[in-house]
Amino acid sequence: MHRKATMALAVAAALGLPHAATAQTEDELRTLREQVRQLETRVTDAEQAAIQASSRPTGENAMNPAVSVILNGIYSNLSQDPNAFRINGFVPPLGEVGPGVRGLSLGESELALAANIDHNFRGTLIASISPEDGIGVEEGYIQTLALSYGFTIKAGRFFSSVGYQNQIHAHAWDFTDAPLANKVFLGNQLGEDGIQLKWVAPTDVYFDVGVELGHGRQFPAGPAGGRNKNGVSSGNVFAHVGGDLGTGVAWQTGMSYLSTSPQDRTFEDPTGTTNSFTGQSRLWVLDGILKWAPNYNPTYTNFKLQGEYFRRRENGDLTFDATGAAQTGSFMSTQSGFYLQGAYQFAPMWRIGYRYDKLNSGTADFSAPLNAANFPILAPYNPTRHTVMADWSPSEFSRVRLQFASDKSRSDVTDKQVFLQYIVSLGAHGAHKF
Amino acid sequence: MRTTVRFVVALSSVVIALPASAALNVFACEPEWGALAQELGGDKVSIYSATTALQDPHRIEARPSLIARIRSADLLVCSGSELEIGWIPLLLTQSGNPRIQLGSPGYFEASQYVVKLEIPKVIDRALGDLHPGGNPHVHTDPRNIAKIAPVLMERMAQLDPANADSYRSRGKSFLERWQAAIARWEQQAAPLKGVPMVVYHKDFSYFINWTGMREAGSLEPKPGIPPTPSHLAELIDQMKRAPAKVIVYSPYSSPQAAEFLSSRANIPAVMMPFTVGGTDRAKDLFGLFDDTIARLLGAVK
Repeated sequence: MHRKATMALAVAAALGLPHAATAQTEDELRTLREQVRQLETRVTDAEQAAIQASSRPTGENAMNPAVSVILNGIYSNLSQDPNAFRINGFVPPLGEVGPGVRGLSLGESELALAANIDHNFRGTLIASISPEDGIGVEEGYIQTLALSYGFTIKAGRFFSSVGYQNQIHAHAWDFTDAPLANKVFLGNQLGEDGIQLKWVAPTDVYFDVGVELGHGRQFPAGPAGGRNKNGVSSGNVFAHVGGDLGTGVAWQTGMSYLSTSPQDRTFEDPTGTTNSFTGQSRLWVLDGILKWAPNYNPTYTNFKLQGEYFRRRENGDLTFDATGAAQTGSFMSTQSGFYLQGAYQFAPMWRIGYRYDKLNSGTADFSAPLNAANFPILAPYNPTRHTVMADWSPSEFSRVRLQFASDKSRSDVTDKQVFLQYIVSLGAHGAHKF
Repeated sequence: MRTTVRFVVALSSVVIALPASAALNVFACEPEWGALAQELGGDKVSIYSATTALQDPHRIEARPSLIARIRSADLLVCSGSELEIGWIPLLLTQSGNPRIQLGSPGYFEASQYVVKLEIPKVIDRALGDLHPGGNPHVHTDPRNIAKIAPVLMERMAQLDPANADSYRSRGKSFLERWQAAIARWEQQAAPLKGVPMVVYHKDFSYFINWTGMREAGSLEPKPGIPPTPSHLAELIDQMKRAPAKVIVYSPYSSPQAAEFLSSRANIPAVMMPFTVGGTDRAKDLFGLFDDTIARLLGAVK
């Protein structure tokens, strides 16, 4: 009896156990199925997300160029009337080089568009929007990408590679205004319509040489807008050498020679006469720049020393017209000038700087019927200027600057200048030249 | 005229007399990519690293020496994701070198071959110096290097077919050693899982993601904006409520802010190598992770 019961139990167990095991497996299966279902949902979701991520919305604007805008505004306090600004001893360049208007004013805004055109060319347009004169083309050029052996060709309107500062946009200058030498020798900043060929040597020390052929649309060429003639009216050759020194110094030095043949380049003497020059203008520029940053990491502290020396020789015919009876005689002058400036970032965001300007007018030669007394603005005078500045750049995209200058551009007065300025950039991240 | 001719002749003889360079000239934007190219290329490549561990790769000047080097490069290896946007575009347009322009086989952006973290949902400069493509510091996760290495290896083989076999066999050997090292590092870094850490800049995000650490704050109030006193004060308060175990910074950032927070909140501050050359032990990519993990383990122990 007892045995039977045991037997029955054993049978029941034998029959029941697999049954129990099946139930357990089914439970597990259900759980697994549920898990698989959930996983499938997640995979589908992930696939959808991946598809969405890989197919961003497209449209006609997907190939838009990089756009950036520079805004700047300034408060100027000038002890002398800016309308009577002149740099004594030097031919006034075509165009405005003065310190601007007194009080609050909007500076020139810049709109820059740049993109690769195709695999061969890159295009850049930089429009300047001046509060008075409307829109102008500051630079608009194409540049080759695919020439080999270190050659690049640029064509269109661009800032000439004469000297160092001339190629740099005003918003990236270390001081509010241009050095006096850039004002008298290049009319603030020389933008040329032309073509530039440049070659970079395959050496570990940087070396480049280049040549620019242009229309001569700006001072020191003339007349304003360029001569009415075929061919080339302005030529510039330049070369630079540069490299690193030790563990924190980068340097570059350059030489350029700009030759133009102005025709009827006019200037007004403050006495009211209109004079015009036709002849040859040749300008030599030596430039040097040295930047120091510990381990080439400029984030915390850095120092920048920059200087240029200009020497210009002009000879040709000068026409003097005071009374309606024009008189022409020969004219020759050799003039020079330099500036040296340093900017020191002593803490993140903060910089201070000093600049010294000096020009040497030399003595111009006039031949009969002209005489020096007819040209009071060209009377020998050596202008000088001291400038100090402090600026604060809370990010890479904004800067506020305070600048003081004692400007002896005029032979009779000293202009005490104060500028408070903001410069900001919106949009695409710019890259600044060395 | 005669002097001009002489000058040109002298100049061309200088150019011709330049030493015959190695098969492949590699211009690495950051030392980690120089080190990777060295592992894959061995003596078949000549590597120039444009930056060192002591420089912030966001803020590099387009120095003449860099233009001179990029002029002769056959292969450019950068992090990409806009890390080098302030200087590489300028070097490219100045180089007169079509081999390394965007779209050429010689242009290689490492971050394109991995899944990027921290792709911003909102892009606005008010949020700091954002990278619209995602965080560019991908090399701090060794698994990313394992993904990038085969692509770079094939690129080198494509550019220099004569040595393709060498690149592939070196690449295979590197990846085997690298996978073994990853397994070892993951074991070593196990105690770091969940450990809260304060970073200086968001340059360790991939490392944090790999080790399972937790970012408890950053010394920069916004990416690319240097630490401010008010932000540091906030961090000190935050550390009182929920203390982090360690504060890290890179060799290119000033230790000042990290040390300040460290002394106020009583949390150890550690300089990480960040990239190859950042510390004495981080001589190559293996040393970089050996030292990174060792320094963190030492600090959180």
